[in-house]
Formats: sequence, C-alpha cells, structure tokens
Amino acid sequence: MRALFAAIAGGLFGAGLLVSGMTDTRKVQGWLDVFGDWDPTLAFVLGGAILPMAIAWSFTHGRAPVLGGVFPAKPERRVDWPLIGGSLLFGAGWGLVGLCPGPAMASLGFGGLSGLVFLVAMIAGMLAAVPIRRKIAAAGASG
Amino acid sequence: MQPEWIFGLVGGLMIGIAASLFLLINGRIMGASGILGGLLDGSGRSNMTERLAFIGGLIGVPAVISLAIGGAETHATTNITILIVAGLLVGIGTRLANGCTSGHGVCGISRLSLRGLIATVFYLFAGGITIVLFKHILGVI
Repeated sequence: MRALFAAIAGGLFGAGLLVSGMTDTRKVQGWLDVFGDWDPTLAFVLGGAILPMAIAWSFTHGRAPVLGGVFPAKPERRVDWPLIGGSLLFGAGWGLVGLCPGPAMASLGFGGLSGLVFLVAMIAGMLAAVPIRRKIAAAGASG
Repeated sequence: MQPEWIFGLVGGLMIGIAASLFLLINGRIMGASGILGGLLDGSGRSNMTERLAFIGGLIGVPAVISLAIGGAETHATTNITILIVAGLLVGIGTRLANGCTSGHGVCGISRLSLRGLIATVFYLFAGGITIVLFKHILGVI
C-alpha cells in the first residue's frame, strides 16, 4: 500500500511538473531571468503547489498518517553554512541548465541525451556529497 | 490558446496535491532530492520500496503522457560541459542543503519553515545571478 500511494504521488507530481512547465528549461530560465525577458509562470506554479500543501499541513496536527507511522517532526530552525552554501550551489546549477531534481527525473522519458547526461551528473554530485554530509554530521555532533 | 499562467497554476496545484497525498497518506515529505539521495547514500534503506515506487511514478507517468500526447520537450542545452557542471552542482548543492525546490520550496514554505524559506531565497538568488552572468554577460547559455 505504501508503495502504491508513493507511486500515485510520484506520478501526479511528475504530471504536474510536465503541465506546469517546470520540465521546460526555457520557462525555468525565463523565470530566473529577472533582469531580462522575465517569465512569471513559475510564480503560479509555486503558489499553486504551496496552497494545497499548507492546508495539508494544518490537517496533520494531532493526527497520524493514513497508512500509520508519525508525521514529520517540526522543522529545524538552525540556519547553517551547508544550508546556505548548498542552496547557492544548487541555484547556480539550476540556472545554468534549468533543471532541478524533480524535473530532471520527470523528463527522463522525453529529455533525450541532454536530460540523461544531466541526471547522471546530478547523481554523481549526490554521491560526492555523501562524505561531505558525513563530515558535517560528525562536526555537528562534536560541536 | 490559454495563457501560460493557467498551465502553471493547474500544474502547480497538481504538484501540491501530490505532496499533500504523500504527507497525509504516507506521512512523508515530498522532496525529490531527498527521496533520490536517500537511495544513494543508504539512509533510505528501510523505506527503499516506497522511494523506488515514487521515482517510478515520477519518471513513468510523464513518459507515458509525452508518448500519448507528444510535444513534451525540455529544450535543454546540448553543451555537455555545461550539463555536467550544472548536474554536479545541483546534486552536491541539494544534498548539502538537504532539499531542493520541492522539499524546501513547496513542502518547507507551506509550513513556514525558516530553513525552507532561507534555502529558497538563496537558490533563487544564485539562479538569477547565474542567468545574469552566463546569459547576459558571458553569453554562453
């Protein structure tokens, strides 16, 4: 059951990314092009996505997920260098090509060689981050 | 021809409903980089099937739609160097920051997470600067 609903959520997420234009790098780069020919479409995507999710969060108080377990803990408030530095690196890569992790996976079926090269490099980057994450966790535990 | 923003809004609502389902039914945060990253570093071994099923749907449904309807294109650059550098940056960056557009942006901001807000401000800022530098100044993208 968990896998079934995960597949449904993943499929709806992918369809939403496709419909919204998030898998079209020209729209994404147009959204980031504030000083050029700015394309505001992605503001509607982000707004449209945040709205149902804000309602969903309000339903979690004092309840448990349908399939059991517990809801995610309250978000941490710690703002540290990995958060800021990582987000800067991510944003730079996102700007360069116009793909972030969700759309990079969602476009695998139609993204051709470019999409495949980007996805493989992204996975390599995630693997490269493993030892760095371990060091950060160790430093956090001792500090 | 409908204006583009309608597609943005409808697609955005679909993304938000997907994230809501994953939260309310499975009890999990729908963050693309975390779901994939947890498979790569072994931290997601206990719920591997759930992660693989999510990714299966995420890749499979748009692939089927694009086959059925056609016209889906990423319009991504074909410059291999830029693709590799950007992919590496996105991979390393999202794992260091513990989230990307879906996890920090959609799931984080919707519950007023400070880390989600800060991450979103910084990746949007870096994305904007990158466009100014590499498109308008250097002209390579």
